[in-house]
Amino acid sequence: MAGLHEPHEHPGMLIVVEGIDGSGKSTQLDLVRSWLIQEGYNVFFTEWNSSKLVKRTTKLGKTKQILTPTTFSLIHCTDFSDRLEQSIVPYLQAGMVVLADRYVYTAFCRDVVRGVERQWVRDLYSFAVRPDIAFYFSVPLEVAMRRIFRGRPMLKYYEAGMDLNLSRDPAESFMRFQRRIIEEYERVVKEHDLVVVNGAHPIERQQRRIRRFVTEKLQEKKMSRGKKKK
Amino acid sequence: MKAEYFGARTPSREENVLQGRLIVLEGPDCIGRSTHIRLLQDWLERLGYGVTTTTLCQSELAEDGLRRAKKGNQIRRRTLALFYATDLADRLERQILPALESGFVVLADRYVYTIFARYAVRGVDPEWLRKAYGFALIPHLTMCLHLDLDRLVERALMAEKMGYWECGMDLNLADNPYDSFIVYQKRMIRQFSKITKEFNLTKVSAQGSVRSVQTRLRKKVRALLDLKETELDFGEPEGPVIEGLD
Repeated sequence: MAGLHEPHEHPGMLIVVEGIDGSGKSTQLDLVRSWLIQEGYNVFFTEWNSSKLVKRTTKLGKTKQILTPTTFSLIHCTDFSDRLEQSIVPYLQAGMVVLADRYVYTAFCRDVVRGVERQWVRDLYSFAVRPDIAFYFSVPLEVAMRRIFRGRPMLKYYEAGMDLNLSRDPAESFMRFQRRIIEEYERVVKEHDLVVVNGAHPIERQQRRIRRFVTEKLQEKKMSRGKKKK
Repeated sequence: MKAEYFGARTPSREENVLQGRLIVLEGPDCIGRSTHIRLLQDWLERLGYGVTTTTLCQSELAEDGLRRAKKGNQIRRRTLALFYATDLADRLERQILPALESGFVVLADRYVYTIFARYAVRGVDPEWLRKAYGFALIPHLTMCLHLDLDRLVERALMAEKMGYWECGMDLNLADNPYDSFIVYQKRMIRQFSKITKEFNLTKVSAQGSVRSVQTRLRKKVRALLDLKETELDFGEPEGPVIEGLD
């Protein structure tokens, strides 16, 4: 097991995006996806907290609001473990490009802000595969807030970090929660060499920067295109 | 007594002093744990203790999901070990710790040690597993029942308990349940004996009648709870008891 600090040995390539809600990471990943498909690569997409195996349990915990920082962390790790095994590693073994919207770094930030130990959550996820590239979308909190409140009617309990008792007002709680998450991300960026993208820049400019990194990596890994029609 | 954890204290609790005691009963499948848990509970309740029991896969949060996950035919060892951790954390924070804080005796039928043994047999990295379970409270007493394999096999057969998991059928050890049970339980017994040394657990022989095994267990509990000699009093065990095979 190579773990998070050594490159994996699979022929495929794992690209990860990280950042707070509203940082623009999903938009950028979407663009990367269409571009890579057009270029003829086999691309597989997976997102945080989406394992079918764990879904009902997470939903139960959230609906009943019975999750604690520890169970919140463990249930998300269970979810990740299942997806790593079912939706990430086999595709890497097959030489495909796997795009992940959020990865272990989300847990390193979110769970720590909720109060679990930094070292414990890192140990917990030590079985993860190190991404070939991990982008972090850095964006001023105000910009992210504006984007979110434009498109979303209501904040959910855990999403707003209401379990942390930061404020009774969901919007205020959300702001404070995200601010702390940004602080943790800054630590994680250094610790795990994430590539910082300025999420406040125009979409095209961000995408150009991302594609430069991805192209370089694709060449370095000599990735083959699956079904390019030439 | 100050609460001590294997790793870091779970952040949902204050630095807590526990009035009650967590007593764990461990040991391989079919060794008679649940019978003895029931007898210990009867006895302690007669002595005036508030007693609550807990066992694996019984949490409000994870029970249903874990049962479904176990039904699948995928090999999901690490994922299941994490699901069990979720289950334990939920019971610990919302059942076990609150009970201990208010002075109850909590009797746990299996605890982290069963998980460590099961997944060691299944090739999950033991060091990682111990760290992942770092949130768990260190029990005040863990008694690990042991029995030689031949007798364990007799018990399993008589109690009709050679099921899929008891036989370790997921490991493809043999093409029939009986042979698989032998190989699997041999490995489990070896793991339990390693774990008993590693964590300095209290070994208790499960040889002999239910009454004699129960007496051994009560002596250990009596010492932990600082009870008088006389309070070992057996009385008549309530309810049907599976007779020992000696």
